[in-house]
Amino acid sequence: MMLSCREVSRLLSDQLDRKLRLTERIRLRIHLAMCKACSRVEGQLSFLRTAMSELAKPRDESESTKK
Amino acid sequence: MTPKIDLAELDKHRPYLLKFAMLQIRETHVAEDMVQETFLGALTAAERFSGGSSVRTWLTSILLHKIADHRRKAGREISIEAHQGEDGTDGIEDLFQENGRYVEMPELWRTPEQALTERRFFEVLERCIRGLSETAARVFLLRELMGFGIEEICKELSVSTTNCSVLLHRARVRLRACLEERWFAA
Repeated sequence: MMLSCREVSRLLSDQLDRKLRLTERIRLRIHLAMCKACSRVEGQLSFLRTAMSELAKPRDESESTKK
Repeated sequence: MTPKIDLAELDKHRPYLLKFAMLQIRETHVAEDMVQETFLGALTAAERFSGGSSVRTWLTSILLHKIADHRRKAGREISIEAHQGEDGTDGIEDLFQENGRYVEMPELWRTPEQALTERRFFEVLERCIRGLSETAARVFLLRELMGFGIEEICKELSVSTTNCSVLLHRARVRLRACLEERWFAA
């Protein structure tokens, strides 16, 4: 049974918190190999985590002059 | 070795506690008061810190109680509606079609790391976090800002593991869409 993008988004989220089971991992990889949307989302959720890790760090005031 | 709870140690965690409080409480000065009270509480209870959890987890736990007390006094319930994970009012159904595909195709984010150098990006991110439901935001912030593990979140908020992951899923999907709309595709 193929996973939907909605189901895949749940797995992409879960893999940020726990180790996926082998069957989950396989089904996820198969879906990602065929779905551009979810491939993009995987990277973007990973980026969201990175952004959050930067959120509370004090930032250099001079950066506010950019853009 | 158990870390010593002193001002130097607390100072390390201050930016995180402050950011957490400000994203959970609307009024800045109240948030600052909460963090100050947390530090006072921590210094008073310093001997009781056994080192079983990380210092940040311990401090956050104190802060959560301060926030809960504050809300109770203000007449608002801070009950973590565990059922909220199931009743769908906080759901992300609007982002997916019946068949499970995305309503809007996720865009390509070019060089997202660039955004991390711009203060306005973080302002947008904070605005998106404030757009989440209180419960989803709390779970998401505990996980991603304060570094709690899933079991720690479950214990702290008395929610089940399943509801925890449902809330995190919703928060992440919602935030991704928000960042795309307000930054990357804007």
